[in-house]
Formats: sequence, C-alpha cells, structure tokens
Amino acid sequence: MDLREEIVENNKPFPGEVHQVPGGGIVVSTFNDIINWARSNSLWPLTFATSCCGIEMMSVASSKYDFSRFGFEVARATPRQADVIIIAGTIVNKMAPVLKRLYDQMADPKYVIAMGACAISGGPFFYNTYSVVKGADHVIPVDVYIPGCPPRPEALLHALITLQEKIKSGLTRDQIREPFKASV
Amino acid sequence: MYTQTDIIKDTTQPGPDGTEGELVINVGPQHPATHGVLHLVITLNGETIQKIEPHLGYIHRSIEKMCESLSYRQFIYVTSRMDYLSAHINNLGCAQCVEKGMQIEVPGRAQVIRVLMSELTRIASHELWIGAMAMDLGAFTPFFYTFRERETINDIMEETCGARLTMNYMVPGGVMYDLHPDFHKRVKAFVAQFKHKVTELDDLVTNNIIFQSRTKGVGILSREDAISYGCTGPVGRGSGVNCDIRKLYPYAVYDTLSFDEVVETAGDSFARYMVRVKEMYQSISIIEQLIDNIPEGEFQAKTKAVLKLPKGEFYTRVETARGEFGVYIVSEGATTPYRIKFRSPGFSNLSALHHMAKGSKIGDLMATMGTLDLVIPDIDR
Repeated sequence: MDLREEIVENNKPFPGEVHQVPGGGIVVSTFNDIINWARSNSLWPLTFATSCCGIEMMSVASSKYDFSRFGFEVARATPRQADVIIIAGTIVNKMAPVLKRLYDQMADPKYVIAMGACAISGGPFFYNTYSVVKGADHVIPVDVYIPGCPPRPEALLHALITLQEKIKSGLTRDQIREPFKASV
Repeated sequence: MYTQTDIIKDTTQPGPDGTEGELVINVGPQHPATHGVLHLVITLNGETIQKIEPHLGYIHRSIEKMCESLSYRQFIYVTSRMDYLSAHINNLGCAQCVEKGMQIEVPGRAQVIRVLMSELTRIASHELWIGAMAMDLGAFTPFFYTFRERETINDIMEETCGARLTMNYMVPGGVMYDLHPDFHKRVKAFVAQFKHKVTELDDLVTNNIIFQSRTKGVGILSREDAISYGCTGPVGRGSGVNCDIRKLYPYAVYDTLSFDEVVETAGDSFARYMVRVKEMYQSISIIEQLIDNIPEGEFQAKTKAVLKLPKGEFYTRVETARGEFGVYIVSEGATTPYRIKFRSPGFSNLSALHHMAKGSKIGDLMATMGTLDLVIPDIDR
C-alpha cells in the first residue's frame, strides 16, 4: 500500500470503532489517534507572506473561500502561537535565516506548507538568479507542496486538507520519525 | 537583521554622558503590519519615534539583472511579480517601452482593453488596500467586504487573461487574447454591484469615528516634502501634488476620457485614504465610458517573432495604483536589453516614512505606514 492509499484508508471522520449498546454507543480508539484527530482540526497558521502568494493566502482567508470552514481561521502573527507555517512567496538569501528562526520559535508539533513555485524550487523565473533560495526545503523541512504561480485558492485549501489527512494518519515527517514524541 | 544583543538596549536610565534614554526596536521582517517583509529599526524615546530606518532586501529577487538575459517578450512576465497588485499596469509600462523603441502602432481595440484592465486592476488594488489598512487599525470586518468586490474583479480577469493575480496579459503590440464573450456583461454587473455596495464602505470605514480619529492629522506630509521625496500616486496627491501620469503624460486612450485627478490638500493619513476612495469612483467612471465603446478590430498588432530594439535609451511611465512606475531600457541593438531600470513608486514613498513619522507616537506608525500602501517586492525588485 503506498502512502497516498494509506492516508485515504486511515482518514475517517472520527478515529476508532463504534460499538452500539442500548442507550448509545461506546467508541474504542487509541490515545494517539484521538490526539492526532484533535490536532488536525485546529491548526493555527502563521501569517507569513513574502510576496504574491500572500495575496492568494489573504483570498483564502476572506469571504469567498473562507478557510475557517476547515479549522484554520485563527491566523497568528507570532510563531510562538502558530502550528503551521505557510511559506507564501519567494525566500531569498537574506530572508532564509529569518525563516529558520521563525520555524525554530514555533512549538512542537509544527508543520510546513510550501506554497507556490518559488517556495518549492525557486520559482518559474528566479531559479537562475544570485539571490533566491532554490526552494524553501533547503532551509526548513516541508510537509506539503502546492504548485502554481500563484496557486489558486482552491489549491491552498486542498493542501490544508491534505495536511489534515496526513496528521490524522500519523504520517507527517515528525510523526514517522518519532511517533511517540510527536503524539504526546 | 540585528542579531547582536547590544542593538536591543533598553537605556531607560540616562547614559553616562547625560543623554536621554533610547530604546531601539525592530519591526519586521515578520510583522503583520509591514505587508510583507519590510524591516524597520525604530529608535524610540518613551513612546515617541525619534528615527525610523527601513532595511530592504528581504525579497530582493534580482529582477532587473534577470531581465538582461530575457528577450523583449519574456521580460514582461517577470514584472507581474514586482507590484503584483498592479500586475496589468506594470506589464503595460514595459510593453509601452518596447513599443516606443520598435515604433509599433497599437490597434485601437487593444488600447481600450488595456485601459479597461488597468482601471479594474486599480479598483482591485485599492479594495485590497482598504481592507488591509482597516485591519492594521484593528477593524477586521472591512477586509471581508472589500475582498468580496475584489474577488468579482479576479473572476473577470480570470475569464479573459487566464489568471487571477499575475495576468501577463499585455504584450508588445497589444494584448495577448481577445476579450472573453462574457466580459461586457460581467463588467456591467460589477459596476452595478460596486455602486450598490460602496455605501457599506462609507458606513464601516470612512464615517467611522474611530477610523477618523486614528488617521486625521496623523503622518502629515507637506506638499514641498512630497515633491522633494519624489512621492507619487495617492501619497503625493494626498499632499496636494498634481502627479497623475494619466493627466500629465497621457498614454493609451486616457487623453480622450473625461475624469478628474483626485487631489487632497491635508496631507495626512485620512487625505491619502480619501484619495484612494475617490480614485475608485473615477475608475468606475472611466470603465463606464469605455465599456460600451470598445472598437472592433485587431487586438494585437502584427509584430516580428523576435523583437530587436534599435540602439538607444527608452523611458516610459505609467500610473500604477501606487504612483509613477517608470521603465528605462538601454538597448545595444540586440534581442535582449543591455540594462533595465524600474522606477518603482513604493521606494520613493517609503523614503518619506521617517520624515512623516518622526515625533509621532509609535501607535500612529501603523496608520502612517499603512497609508503608504507599500508592496515590498516592488521596492526590493
């Protein structure tokens, strides 16, 4: 079973088995699954926008697309209160240490979404310049990548939902590496 | 960035030489009110700002250098990523500079489409700015109202240009595609929607007593200072400078249109806000004049596949949502430019920030900086 199938298989509305008994039901689940389920539904993004993709991130937050439907509305300006950092825009050499520092300041568990071509690989144009970092994953580890220049708001929503599915399945980078630490 | 600990020195005690205590703080590069990655080093005396030192380069993507290795058709696409809120108008400035060098005659239909798209872009940019500015001052609701109108414009753009934000629609000789069949209908619907809903904005923001008291008399820039700092766009016009390129050096079909140059004389943050609001009305009036009078014909002039500018220097300017945007091309007669220089409005407007905010309280800085409407990739390039 590949990773994608595993994610779809594990992605239930609520983790665990429901046993019907008279007057209600009993859910049998694991502690890990419950914590992952709870975490995946209250991700607080950091408002980190360097360039054009930040405007599409604002569109996702606004009335038409509204990412609060999926539990992302509490956008935080400080990394100490945020769970997920959406790298919206180009990272240049001068900004790279700042991005690393922001990531280090975030509390565990933390997740990273690379939004747009610049954050993936240095961009459709800027791959050949002296000042641009050729992909944010040279600086910090990335969980979900979104292609596009800039990606549509639907693409960002899809990435956010994909991140939720990964967390529920216990398949993010941290959870695979240190399953016990990441869940407790 | 200042990583040394000695820069954050809280000298609330008087110094050994008897000077008053100073506090140096960093705002940015990760800060919600800088609208990007601007870094300000602010020297405070108590709550009063003594000095503001902007630090640039956190989004320097070396666009000017990169343009030297791109052909005259290709380099226009990169300029969409500079001032991404005025992407159409940036593209237009570059396309016009190439046309000036090649002496390409642009068809009338393309000229009208260019102006229509520019004005729609201007409205979208000002809408976003009002939402973001109100958010800086602590009001979250206007953001949702202004984005509703902005999304309508984005949909119109997407139908015709194929992209919501970085459209790359202007090419040397005209526009890339013809208008979408629904364009006329959608723009008419947008104009009606804008006129119907714009009173909500007045109720929420313009006539809001909290908004007024936080912006009136804050961040005053006199007419003389605006001229000497080179402030253009709503910042210059808020201080009473007649600097609208559409009036001073008309391009496309602006000389055949009747619209007013919005000028306020107060020079404070509220004047700059009012310039932008009134400019949206003017843009709507321009769109109404043109939408029923789009001439038939070609949307693009016949041009050679490979463009070569003659040896020489060429300069054109356009009025973006932020002010005067200039394109300066030095050509050696090759297929790529020898040197390109962009004159971005944000850089000059930012240079006046220290002058405007000096002596005011730090709480007023957000109102002052917000009304400059800074787009950092436009400044850093």
